[in-house]
Amino acid sequence: MDLVFVNLIDGLVTGLLLFMLSAGLTLIFSMMGVLNFAHASFYMLGAYFGYQISVYMGFWMGLLIAPPLIGLVGAAVERYGLRQVHQYGHVPELIFTFGLALLIEDVVKYIWGNDLQPYAQPDILNFTAFAIAGNSIPAYKVFMIFASVAIFLVLLYILTKTRVGMIIQAALSYPRTVESLGHNVPLIFMGVFGVGTALAGVAGVIAGPVLGTFPGMAFVLGSIVFVTIVIGGLGSLWGALVASLLIGWITTFAKSYNIRAEDVLTGIGIPRPEVLSNSSFRDIWTLTSPQIADILPYLLMVLILVFRPYGLFGKRDA
Amino acid sequence: MIKSVKLGLAAVLAAGISASAAFAENIKIAFIDPLSGPFAGTGINGLHQFEFAAETLVNSKGGVLGGTDFEIVAFDNKISPKESLIQLQVAIDQGIRFIAQGNSSGVANALTDAINKHNRRNPEDRVIFLNYSAVDPALTNEKCNFWHFRFDANADIKMDALTDSIAADGNIKKVYIIGQDYSFGKAVAAAAVRNLEEKRPDIEIVGNELHPIGKVKDFTPYSRKIVSSGADAVITGNWGADMVGLGRSILENGYGGPIYTYYAAADGITAAFGDAGVGSLRLVAEGQINPAPSDRAQEYVDAFKAKYPDGNISQARIANTIEMLAKAIDAAGSATDMVAVADALSGMEHESIWGGKLMMRPGDHQLIQDVHIMEHTKGVKNDYDNSGFGVAVVKTVTMAAMDAPHSCEMKRP
Amino acid sequence: MTTVVDTPRTFGGLTMSAAMPWIIGAIVLVILPSIFTERSAITIMNQMAITIIFALAYNMLLGQGGMLSFGHAVYMGLGGFFCMHLLNYVEDGVIHIPLPLLPVFGGLFGLGFAIIIGSFSTRNAGTVFAMISLGIGELIAACSIIIVAFFGGEEGISGDRTYATFFGIEWLSQIEIYYLIAFWLFVSALAMYLFSRTPVGRMANAVRDNPERAEFLGYSARWVRFYSFCASGFFCGVAGALFAMNFEILTEENLNLVTSGNILLVTFLGGVGFFFGPIIGAVVFTLLQTVLSLETELWTLYGGVLFVLTVMYAPGGLAGIIMMHLAPVRLGKAGLLVLPYMHTLIPGLVGVIGAACIIETMFHIRHGALGDNEMTLFWTTFNSHGVLPWVIMIGATVIGFGLARMGWPTLREAWAEANTLPEMDAPLAQTRPALDPDTVNPVAEVQGEDGKR
Repeated sequence: MDLVFVNLIDGLVTGLLLFMLSAGLTLIFSMMGVLNFAHASFYMLGAYFGYQISVYMGFWMGLLIAPPLIGLVGAAVERYGLRQVHQYGHVPELIFTFGLALLIEDVVKYIWGNDLQPYAQPDILNFTAFAIAGNSIPAYKVFMIFASVAIFLVLLYILTKTRVGMIIQAALSYPRTVESLGHNVPLIFMGVFGVGTALAGVAGVIAGPVLGTFPGMAFVLGSIVFVTIVIGGLGSLWGALVASLLIGWITTFAKSYNIRAEDVLTGIGIPRPEVLSNSSFRDIWTLTSPQIADILPYLLMVLILVFRPYGLFGKRDA
Repeated sequence: MIKSVKLGLAAVLAAGISASAAFAENIKIAFIDPLSGPFAGTGINGLHQFEFAAETLVNSKGGVLGGTDFEIVAFDNKISPKESLIQLQVAIDQGIRFIAQGNSSGVANALTDAINKHNRRNPEDRVIFLNYSAVDPALTNEKCNFWHFRFDANADIKMDALTDSIAADGNIKKVYIIGQDYSFGKAVAAAAVRNLEEKRPDIEIVGNELHPIGKVKDFTPYSRKIVSSGADAVITGNWGADMVGLGRSILENGYGGPIYTYYAAADGITAAFGDAGVGSLRLVAEGQINPAPSDRAQEYVDAFKAKYPDGNISQARIANTIEMLAKAIDAAGSATDMVAVADALSGMEHESIWGGKLMMRPGDHQLIQDVHIMEHTKGVKNDYDNSGFGVAVVKTVTMAAMDAPHSCEMKRP
Repeated sequence: MTTVVDTPRTFGGLTMSAAMPWIIGAIVLVILPSIFTERSAITIMNQMAITIIFALAYNMLLGQGGMLSFGHAVYMGLGGFFCMHLLNYVEDGVIHIPLPLLPVFGGLFGLGFAIIIGSFSTRNAGTVFAMISLGIGELIAACSIIIVAFFGGEEGISGDRTYATFFGIEWLSQIEIYYLIAFWLFVSALAMYLFSRTPVGRMANAVRDNPERAEFLGYSARWVRFYSFCASGFFCGVAGALFAMNFEILTEENLNLVTSGNILLVTFLGGVGFFFGPIIGAVVFTLLQTVLSLETELWTLYGGVLFVLTVMYAPGGLAGIIMMHLAPVRLGKAGLLVLPYMHTLIPGLVGVIGAACIIETMFHIRHGALGDNEMTLFWTTFNSHGVLPWVIMIGATVIGFGLARMGWPTLREAWAEANTLPEMDAPLAQTRPALDPDTVNPVAEVQGEDGKR
């Protein structure tokens, strides 16, 4: 029972981290119709920027300075890259971000090299916050939870209570109308893209010390972010939150409990073959849930898309 | 018109290939390993060690066959089996007869298979495969062939030494085994179970699991299981980012016992662990650099660090590979008669620069050598990643697995 | 010049001008190995040919059908894995299949799998289709590691083609395999081209451009997508079989997302709007991957820059750039362009080389050995820490790009002039490529989301 509680906390941390990325992505997607393949790359840039700044000025300055810098880079990419490609349609836009992701990885390797960077948590958070039955919860994880919740609340406030948020929300649903009302839609696009990438940057700065800062970190996270927003429903902030937490908990619990395929299969009445080593299904029989934990979200996504193409909370067809 | 474009580009292709084939007096060794992509760090560091070893141990001492130098030619295989086979073909066409590769047993498996086929189909330009790092036991057992030589101790030999060390520790009652879900991870787990059952039947294996390779973002759920299982020791074959992720996560979540590993050093890993790894991380590997076994070894390390300040002597066996190849070529009296060179290598005995004796076992072409248990330690002389941390030898198994059986049925050409 | 058939479009009937590119292509395929006799060149050409088939099959979806797939390596990989198992059965003496027939089986396996997946994934186009393909790709790639009995884990499965003899040919040398692959390349390319001319192929274009209108005309958009998808799966399987016989090994790499992503790059780089675009893309990409990577570690960086620039400034890909020049050639005014091109492109090339040198030298200073200041670029050895090389490199870059920029307005004028009919003053074509009517606007409408808003 204690372990369940610990797993809930761990899943929450994973889920909230995922949410910070998917929140920006879902905003960008719903407004511009662009699946930004480079989104995880901005997360990686965030970690590297945060690391580089922390070398000179400490972790907290990194957290403060790196995300706006990432936002500026993102806005520049929108202004000078995406806008150029926009005229050709959505697929070239998507392919542009795809190429951009490759390019960012190469640039990161060019500047920082291939090795893991020694990006460390701040000493002030380097202690055990509390322990449940011998499982310690590091203070840094508590900080991660609070930081992501704070960001969610700020985002929610901006989107629902401020004038800028109203325009963005309107643009999400009726982009043409907003444009004809005289709002500078390109500027809104650039702003949303900048803010979205800055959010990814925050996630990078925070996650870099825990999950490792290396050139493959964007690829490891990779497409799971798309999976999140597709499951949640494109354009829905709440959908992104629910899907992130769902994925966080599913993967955490699948890894924590060794559910074996053997038990499941015998449970539904299929007899286990006598000699397993000769059976062509031997790998199915020896399968355990931790082995497939990380591909469960993809399975979930395919099922959802087949049966409910607009996701859990989406209003319109993906 | 398309075809003429194709023609022009193909001309570029041919020019590119033949441009580097112009000078032929050196004995060339093709280094086929990842120089771009996620594993480029390990590959480039390995390349530097090869170049340095060839320069220091052979060329500066007058070369082989009375004055011929070694030359390392780098080929980027992007850790892809397909690319490796293409680059192998390019290397052979450049007249290169020695192929060195190490990163990934999957690639080694593809290469040894292709080289065996090539040598059978083209007896006039045979090549020799110097496997300096791929440790899947199968390569010197059921998949062995006459042209493949392994200079690293294979996973079984290392596990034998590692479990000796665990067996000698009376405090260890429960062991947790975790690894990456692929052939090497499975080989490590199987060898660990086999050895522990044999040496310490009283030890309980409280966990034995595999996780997807290179896909896990957060290892916390795994480390929770390890902590709550009450394990006294953890065994893992993880490498790269998976090693750092797993190790740091276990330590952060309240585990204090030893973690027995294969690859928890250098390439940024030592620096990433830093203080956290002290007292926990143990490694099994060949090649002693802390403390350096001789002045000659220390000089070699110093000279390497002077040339590559950001590099590490992380694969000590590379020096052995080069020295033994040079000796074999001299003994064969030819660098073109591959059967003679392979015969000279097979069964060769050699004094390693890192101390101890080396013997290329003729039955399976597995190098028999000293295997060490090392500890992640602060303040060693020859540190890794310029971090002040490094690995120091705490225990040595001389000529490990000398008499261990193997299932290789070597066919001479 | 494969797709641009001259005005009398006689479907079914064969005109000389339509057959000419194929005849030339066949001749080139036959004589190429006599020009490049090295085994490595033949291996690279084999790899190119396999990539060409794969890219053409991919473009049946992307360019002709408007479906963006992120997991297409699955169909090629599965076809290849099945063929590898077949080869192993041949080796064990269970059955005998002559090697030249193997691609048929590969194609059928690819087709079978495409039918299964396509039955639900082609219901929607656009993002839904793309994301399902991503999910399936990821699932199959993960299975390839887990299900060792079939996929052999990360080591893959290997076999020996020499047992699949054919009239005494034992397939010992690469050249025999080359001719086999070349034969299948020709047959598959021709079949794919003819498919694009069938009513189904035409309807795929219609569904891509306007699914609603196609539905009103009585065609089910879903079934049209499904047929294209199946045909594409078949040719992917053929490519997989050729891979199996050329490399004699298949691994997890053949199924993973990197391979799927690469084929997207290849196809787009070549140009999705023209039938022959993917051919150019495959040739260029294979050269980048195998030859440029011999010269520099930074090849992925250059490749990435080339790709992003292509997407930004030449969405028609390399084929689009070539086809842009068709109008001036037809008007007989191509000569007007030669001089302005030389004024712009030669300095531009100098600038590019200068910039590449700067990148390489900075990389060498950062990551090279200490004290090892010498480096060699373009057959010149120099001191990377010296002042003179830097002056030359920066000078070449600045002056090169500067001159290219100065030449740009003249080029634009010449371009407009070259595209103007002699009697007319208005330019015939602007700087955008004049596309073949049946492949018009290949990329802009793929997702069709704007229409739905």
